[in-house]
Amino acid sequence: MPLAIEVRGLIHKYGDVTAVNGIDLDVAEGECFGLLGPNGAGKTTTVEILEGLLEPTAGLVRVLGQAWNGNANALRQRLGIALQETTLADRLTVREIVVLFRSFHERGVAPDAVLATVGLVDKKDEWVMKLSGGQKQRLAIACALVGDPDLLFLDEPTTGLDPQARRDLWEVVGNVVRRGKTCVLTTHYMEEAERLCNRVAIVDKGKIIALGTPSELIGRLGGSQVLEFGSTPEMTATTLEGLPGVREARQVLDRWRLTVDAAHEAVPALLERLGQNGAQLTALSTHQASLDDVFVLLTGRTLRGDA
Amino acid sequence: MSPTPPRIWKPLWELVLARLREFFREPTAIFWTYGFPTVLALALGIAFSGGTDPKAIPIAVLDGPRQAARVETLRQDPGLSVVSLREDEARRRFEGAKIVLAVSGDDEARYLFDPTHPEADATRRRVDDLLQRAAGRQDAIATRSDLVQAPGSRYIDFLVPGLIGMNIMSSSMWGIGYALVEARKRKLLKRLAATPMKRSHFLGSFLIARMVFLATEVAAILAFAVPVFDVRFQGSILAAALLCVAGAVAFAGLGLLASSRTTSTETVSGLMNLIMLPMFVLSGVFFSASHFPDWMQAFIRPLPLTMLNDGLRAVINEGAGVGDVALPIVALAGGALVTLAVGLRWFKWT
Repeated sequence: MPLAIEVRGLIHKYGDVTAVNGIDLDVAEGECFGLLGPNGAGKTTTVEILEGLLEPTAGLVRVLGQAWNGNANALRQRLGIALQETTLADRLTVREIVVLFRSFHERGVAPDAVLATVGLVDKKDEWVMKLSGGQKQRLAIACALVGDPDLLFLDEPTTGLDPQARRDLWEVVGNVVRRGKTCVLTTHYMEEAERLCNRVAIVDKGKIIALGTPSELIGRLGGSQVLEFGSTPEMTATTLEGLPGVREARQVLDRWRLTVDAAHEAVPALLERLGQNGAQLTALSTHQASLDDVFVLLTGRTLRGDA
Repeated sequence: MSPTPPRIWKPLWELVLARLREFFREPTAIFWTYGFPTVLALALGIAFSGGTDPKAIPIAVLDGPRQAARVETLRQDPGLSVVSLREDEARRRFEGAKIVLAVSGDDEARYLFDPTHPEADATRRRVDDLLQRAAGRQDAIATRSDLVQAPGSRYIDFLVPGLIGMNIMSSSMWGIGYALVEARKRKLLKRLAATPMKRSHFLGSFLIARMVFLATEVAAILAFAVPVFDVRFQGSILAAALLCVAGAVAFAGLGLLASSRTTSTETVSGLMNLIMLPMFVLSGVFFSASHFPDWMQAFIRPLPLTMLNDGLRAVINEGAGVGDVALPIVALAGGALVTLAVGLRWFKWT
């Protein structure tokens, strides 16, 4: 499979701050690749280097088989980009903006067809300032698609949206991705990456700390379910040792997260152990293991940055 | 022929259209560009028009045997407003210039006035003249007055070119400087830089749109001032057009310079006010720059707004042609080239 993106040893520094600290990356054509990580992990910097908006401090970058240097115009013709939270223009209509972006590209899709793809046909004569957050993001995606790009970049497409708008947008992006458009997506929502991406790189502090398909990464937890609990007094690694069916135990703030094979077997064992230690349960929840848990496993922190 | 322009001009055309649409859909921008200078011209034109009926000059006649007779004599002049007062009252009324002159009611006519009041001396002579004639003085020769109000010499004639110049300055600077920083702030510049759009098209669209706004702005002020205040356009239209274009591009260049690296609209507003405020005061918008002392003139003359205002006055009021204002045209155009070149070199898209 030919490579849409090839990155070796990428480093980017803003003054003394190293935002990207040695990233290697291959994205194949037709793939939807996710860069997943908390705010400030270096995702946006990485993507802006790939988009030709930033010069890397060091490292090799090839996009669609070409280096940016000397090929910028040809490459820009072939890329579609939706930046994080861009407000394009308040007093232009949706259609006027898409027509404007269409005019920049030599080839492309009819503006009305793109508006149909993102579900904005009935808003096409509305001023941008009257759109909701979700509709503005759809417009940003329409502008990215109207040049019929060979490679699509979506930087945090659903950040700041309410859950319903987020799900609607996933459907729009999912439709585009399923048609085989190569796509690089950054997000700090695990669910977004699990739903949309074939492959995910988990980025933290400027480095890739895990790479694989969502199911591979979740498989690394060794269990399929996660049991989260709090107690007084708090349990320790020693007092929890040897619990049956527990693959992995990690403390995040005042809670323990246990990766288990089967919650229905682990819960009674846990309760018994709490009783033996004279501890009272203050909180208990279980959920299907997700990329969130992978991040916690790898970093000891949650993606929302509350640790 | 196809109704759409050739492909290579299409992006530029679409960008210009976007500029025009955004502007004409913004009511406050329309007011500040077209409404404000017109309102200003109307208010100042009325306030300073002088008119055919100047206000009567307040004077007093003091207590004394001839008080009543002198009041009667002076009241025949409609240009005077006469009251009878005691001297101590009259002296108080000089404060705040509630009266300009007082004359005694004695046999001898004694005048009280503040010599620093601009109308005092003329009023003294006027009153003296009336009293002397009433007492029987004969004029040695016959005199007659013809009142002249020449177009081009009134305050409104001075004001209108200044308003045009001021409007060109503020709309060019705000229209370029503020708009670019706003676009950078909302990451529109970054988004556009990521497209294959030619960067020259983007900045070119601002200049082209500016020329469209310029023509309509100047037309709006003239369309108001010519019929309402009978302002006469005496000189070469080409000369005025060249001045306006050179001035607008020069101020657009300053706006570009101010915005080339600024990321906050507050900062760029402050920067542009810093550039514009001295010119509002010094460059002869509301009163002539020649009122400032000679040592300041070396600084005031080369200011772009001074050159633009003086050039426009020469053309509109004094009938100058292109040759007469070639120097300011070339100087403004040269300034435009320099500021645009430096601004583009410094310009940051991301």
